[in-house]
Amino acid sequence: MNDSRYIITGLIVFIVLVTFPFWANAGKAAPPAPAPSLDTPAIQQLPEKQCVEATAYMRTDHMKLLDEWRTRVVREGKRIYVASNGKEYEMSLEKTCLQCHSSKAQFCDQCHNYLDVQPDCWTCHIEPKESK
Amino acid sequence: MKTSRRNFLKASGACLLGLTLWPAVKGFAGNSTEYNTSSKALAGKKWGLVIDMKKCWPKYQEGCRKCFLACQRAHNIPDIANKEEEIKWIWTEPYENAFPDGEHEYIPEIIKGKPFIVLCNHCENPPCVRVCPTKATFKRRDGIVMMDYHRCIGCRYCMAACPYGARSFNFSDPRPFIKEVNPEFPTREKGVVEKCNFCAERVDTGQLPACVEACPAEALIFGDLEDPNSGIRKILASRYTVQRKPELGTRPSVYYLI
Repeated sequence: MNDSRYIITGLIVFIVLVTFPFWANAGKAAPPAPAPSLDTPAIQQLPEKQCVEATAYMRTDHMKLLDEWRTRVVREGKRIYVASNGKEYEMSLEKTCLQCHSSKAQFCDQCHNYLDVQPDCWTCHIEPKESK
Repeated sequence: MKTSRRNFLKASGACLLGLTLWPAVKGFAGNSTEYNTSSKALAGKKWGLVIDMKKCWPKYQEGCRKCFLACQRAHNIPDIANKEEEIKWIWTEPYENAFPDGEHEYIPEIIKGKPFIVLCNHCENPPCVRVCPTKATFKRRDGIVMMDYHRCIGCRYCMAACPYGARSFNFSDPRPFIKEVNPEFPTREKGVVEKCNFCAERVDTGQLPACVEACPAEALIFGDLEDPNSGIRKILASRYTVQRKPELGTRPSVYYLI
């Protein structure tokens, strides 16, 4: 028990460091979640403002959908996605998604920055030119 | 309420079974997502290409580069002047380099030193596919040897394995070298290998490869090698054609009429 004070001091330092993010931010309100504007010219022209799947599903699962799309297209040569409402879409980031969501800053970056996730789609896929 | 040990165990067993089966039930019942091939897709079991150099040369010598340009535009191929870093999907090699075993000192003047259009051969036994550690390069059912750039880790085993030098490595970011960006096709990034994909994206949507479509002399003939009635098979049956390095057993799908 000769080393107890070193051990206990070490433990306290460790716990303080590990829990730093919790107590440092305690009591502060989380920054407001971004609300991406869907007001793009292409969407405005749509008769029915509906993505390939329901908004709630797209919000939570778009990454899974895109991952599935890329496998189907690149590895299986299947290029048509049959949505749950029966409509058919070409599985293409450039030719389908970006046609409506023409603003990357609004539609992608805003949330990805907020959540601090950095998908590397744009090192190859070509982002739409902002028409402003 | 009293529960006997026997009943408790029975109920636990039933719950456990339910939990185990639930994902399977969900997989079968809930998932109705469908992925289809395009109805316009060209149907073929094994794609191949015949290049008629006699038709090509008169145009080519006059400066026709239409097939190269069409390919470059369709696939966002960077134009890098530095020979060590250039990206090549379709290009020319002199006869002696394209067909090293067909060369001897008395070959006819008509082919000696002439430029032959070369590209990925989409081999039946592709050595690049065999060596790729991540399966980034793979052979599709229709014979097209494809690359999944998402998976390529840039190890360049495939480049070492390819006996035709048909693969290029992106030593730097290719984007600044692309003259005219085609927004419908992705570019590549630094650190991946790339090559001709036989225009898989066009074949899947009912179009002929860009080079075939662009050739004003119709020197490039694309078709299904397994269909005995296809145009390409008729040419192969009626004319003498050569392949590049057939002795290696890779069985290329690109044939040349000399």
